[in-house]
Amino acid sequence: MEVVRLTVNGDDRTCGVPSHYTLLETLRYGLGLTGSKQGCDKGDCGACTVILDGKAVLSCLTPVMEAEGRSVRTVEGLAAGLEPHPLQDEFDLHGAAQCGFCTPGILCSAAALLHREASPSRQDIREALAGNLCRCTGYEKIYDAVEAAAARCRA
Amino acid sequence: MPGVTRNAAASAERGASVSAASRNGTTSAVRPPEAAPQEQAREFSTIGRRMRKVDGLAKASGRARYADDIQLPGMLHGKILRSPHPHARITSIDVTAAERLEGVHAVVTGRDMPIPYGIIPWTPDEHPLCVDRVRYVGDGVAAVAAVDEETANQALELVEVVYEELPAYFTPQEAVAAESGPFVHEPRKPGRNGNITKVVRLEFGDVDAGLEDSAVVVEEDYFFEGTTHTPIEPHCAIGMAERGGRLTVWSATQVPHYLHRELARVLELDPALVRVVQPPVGGAFGGKSEPFDLEFCVAKLAMKTGRPVKILYTREEVFYAHRGRHPFHMRYRTGADADGMLKAVDAEVLLDGGAYASFGLVTTYYSGQLLTAPYQMPAYRFHSVRAYTNKPACGPKRGHGSVQPRFAFEVQLDRIAERLAVDPIELRRRNFIGAHTRTVNDLRITSNGFLECLDAVEEASAWRRKFRKLPFGHGVGVAGSTYISGTNYPVYPNDMPQSGVQLQVDRSGRVSVFSGASEIGQGADSMVAYVVAEELGVPLEHVRVLAGDTDFTPVDLGAYSSRVTFMLGNACIDAARRLKRQVQEAVAEAWDAKPGEVLLAGGLAVRAGDTGVAMSIRDAFNLAEAKFGTLGATGSYNTPKDVHGDYRGATIGASPAYSFSAHVAEVRVDPETGFVDVEKIWIAHDCGRALNPVLVEGQMEGSAYMGFGEAIMEEHVFKTAEQGRAGLHNAPSLLDYRIPTSLDTPALESLVIESVDPEGPYGAKEAGEGPLHPSIPAIANAIHDAVGVRMNSLPFSPPRVWAALRDQATGAMRGEDAA
Repeated sequence: MEVVRLTVNGDDRTCGVPSHYTLLETLRYGLGLTGSKQGCDKGDCGACTVILDGKAVLSCLTPVMEAEGRSVRTVEGLAAGLEPHPLQDEFDLHGAAQCGFCTPGILCSAAALLHREASPSRQDIREALAGNLCRCTGYEKIYDAVEAAAARCRA
Repeated sequence: MPGVTRNAAASAERGASVSAASRNGTTSAVRPPEAAPQEQAREFSTIGRRMRKVDGLAKASGRARYADDIQLPGMLHGKILRSPHPHARITSIDVTAAERLEGVHAVVTGRDMPIPYGIIPWTPDEHPLCVDRVRYVGDGVAAVAAVDEETANQALELVEVVYEELPAYFTPQEAVAAESGPFVHEPRKPGRNGNITKVVRLEFGDVDAGLEDSAVVVEEDYFFEGTTHTPIEPHCAIGMAERGGRLTVWSATQVPHYLHRELARVLELDPALVRVVQPPVGGAFGGKSEPFDLEFCVAKLAMKTGRPVKILYTREEVFYAHRGRHPFHMRYRTGADADGMLKAVDAEVLLDGGAYASFGLVTTYYSGQLLTAPYQMPAYRFHSVRAYTNKPACGPKRGHGSVQPRFAFEVQLDRIAERLAVDPIELRRRNFIGAHTRTVNDLRITSNGFLECLDAVEEASAWRRKFRKLPFGHGVGVAGSTYISGTNYPVYPNDMPQSGVQLQVDRSGRVSVFSGASEIGQGADSMVAYVVAEELGVPLEHVRVLAGDTDFTPVDLGAYSSRVTFMLGNACIDAARRLKRQVQEAVAEAWDAKPGEVLLAGGLAVRAGDTGVAMSIRDAFNLAEAKFGTLGATGSYNTPKDVHGDYRGATIGASPAYSFSAHVAEVRVDPETGFVDVEKIWIAHDCGRALNPVLVEGQMEGSAYMGFGEAIMEEHVFKTAEQGRAGLHNAPSLLDYRIPTSLDTPALESLVIESVDPEGPYGAKEAGEGPLHPSIPAIANAIHDAVGVRMNSLPFSPPRVWAALRDQATGAMRGEDAA
């Protein structure tokens, strides 16, 4: 058992977890933040993607001790109060979430992209999401939503 | 910003309109020129508009709680021990050491649940855990419940199973050739080959004469490799038992009702005490449409321990659970006259079923029955045989049973067009079966927008400038298809409705919908909300949907065979209109008007012809409650039972309506490597009416994407004895079983065609499965246009395409005709 301290969605959190726990297990089972999903548990699907110090990472492959003292943002931390992040709102408007299971990870990858590139091209978006498998949409509506959100963030 | 909307010229034969998908902003629904009379004059307020889903923001915010997100107090973790052998007798199982491990609360084996089950009541051939024999690598043998996942995993290692290995069958050819046992399943009648699970032989018209009379006969062999669903959410279930026989199972299932029945039957419980709750499901595609071992195991373990038990499949287990697309070995003989009009079709199909029956009886029929539209065929024969093999069971995957023959058949059509020097789109037009007609096997076709689909993809893809005109290595291909909007017969015979909903009205004006249907991402919950808002004139945000809970929602048979919009939509209209009549009557009384003069729209009750007379819908509901008592209504839908032929099997494939699709694919093929780059797929789909075009486009694009993956990348294959472990899944991970990433997936353009079906809700038909079918043959035909090779085997991976190019070059050197 280890005690890990990290900032999650702006809150300083302390959590006792088995020492082998990943960041994903800590979020889901230690902190009750079940928004981040486990699709494969081996870094293949991207459903567990969270933002660690501004970068999109696979939380199922990140030993939790690597997140010690660092800042984690999950899908639960994207909205500003009652106001959804433009990405979340545009995903809803465009039907970019069908089953929704890949959506939290895709939103985190997209948020990290918009953080580093305010005007991504469609190809930039495709590349940024290449590690997030979506089995429902064929990706088109996801690209549309990210483009629309980027435009709203710039405005 | 309004999107691009075009109206196709309508003729007497062509009853559909087309709306090009708007990339952003809103597109108003296209009014079909030939709408059914009662729908023609309607101005819809909700239906046909680009709307949000009722659960869209919950899914985009992490609030949606999927099965694995549920934590119950005192919950234990379960794990299932799986067979390392493809085929073996279980000589003994010793669980004592596992039971003694600290933290283990219970262990169960097959003997704890000896009643067999199967989704098709005539073929119950599996057990929750194997009783005396394992039939594939991954078959479940024992299950444990422990305080945590690691303890459960340790306990599995302590279960001692002694196996006696048996000869195994890995190909359907070996399986059907077997002369003596042990078979995969022993035959019901001694002396038969137990490896054969189903044989269907049907003939309509005189096939031999038709082939004889044909100017051109194309005969080819095709192979469709198996593929699997890979929903991103692994299967997960939680069981909770209470004293007195109550059992609750939460499961990521597409079929809560069937699961409810099977849990009660297998566990010998009173079904009135069994509750199945279906949380939001993280993708399914047919892969969660029957009971699985984990659902029985969590229930049994919960009953044994008195604690809630959760089992979450690992990704590897999802591959073993499978029930995906059957590998098909197909031979087609297709004859046509000199104008390209089909004369006869003769099909031989061998299905590789894997270890259990699953839906295989239906798959075997579908392999032939669903090919008879959208083209007229005067004579048709098919002979389909499904074999058991020692591999994970195959079952229904999006486009159940008909994606494989559609691939072969549409390539056959392309070959005929080539032989006759007819444009392949023109050939398909000539053979169009028409609307309001019967197929050769007596399926009843109602609305049919297939010609509009062909027109739409021809125009959008600039087909005429491209086909046979692009440089070597670059080509386009076309294909068409049809699919059912649900099946007229449920999997167990009964005369009750296929779908039901219940409405309840609050004094605030809020309307609740209790829906038995399964939301699996397709938008079922949103669809019922749109219907209620449309019919009762309430704002969408005043409609709440509670779905998928067998204690509280009426029966709907499940999210399979593309039945939900058609059947649940009609059930919802039925319920809403009953309620509406009460509201109209009560308001009419207050206004001294006729009930028909009371319109409900925009949150108001308004008097027709005098919009100055109006009241809020809340006041209208209150008047109705005062007059009739507590307001509520049920509604249901049942299928027509008199619209099929008069032969054994005629009911399988019978649907209240059929959707139609046509795709054009554009590809570039690298002749050096055989790599096929699919640049774009234009998808035209006749969905009857798009209740929400955003969701219809999503289904079309998702379907085309999934077909693309099967065409180019996906292979559900197993190791051979030479590779060291016969029957072991070759690649049970999302890294090695390659599904398309964003970088692989082509551009997809949706072209929604609305033929307005006379029986669909507001004219709607299915959209979730039909548009998968043409992707694959359209890509095969495009590869031929690009480089002149015919791809008869899937997937069109670089080694296969490269080999075909090499063979073509070798053939050309020998002076053979490469076509």
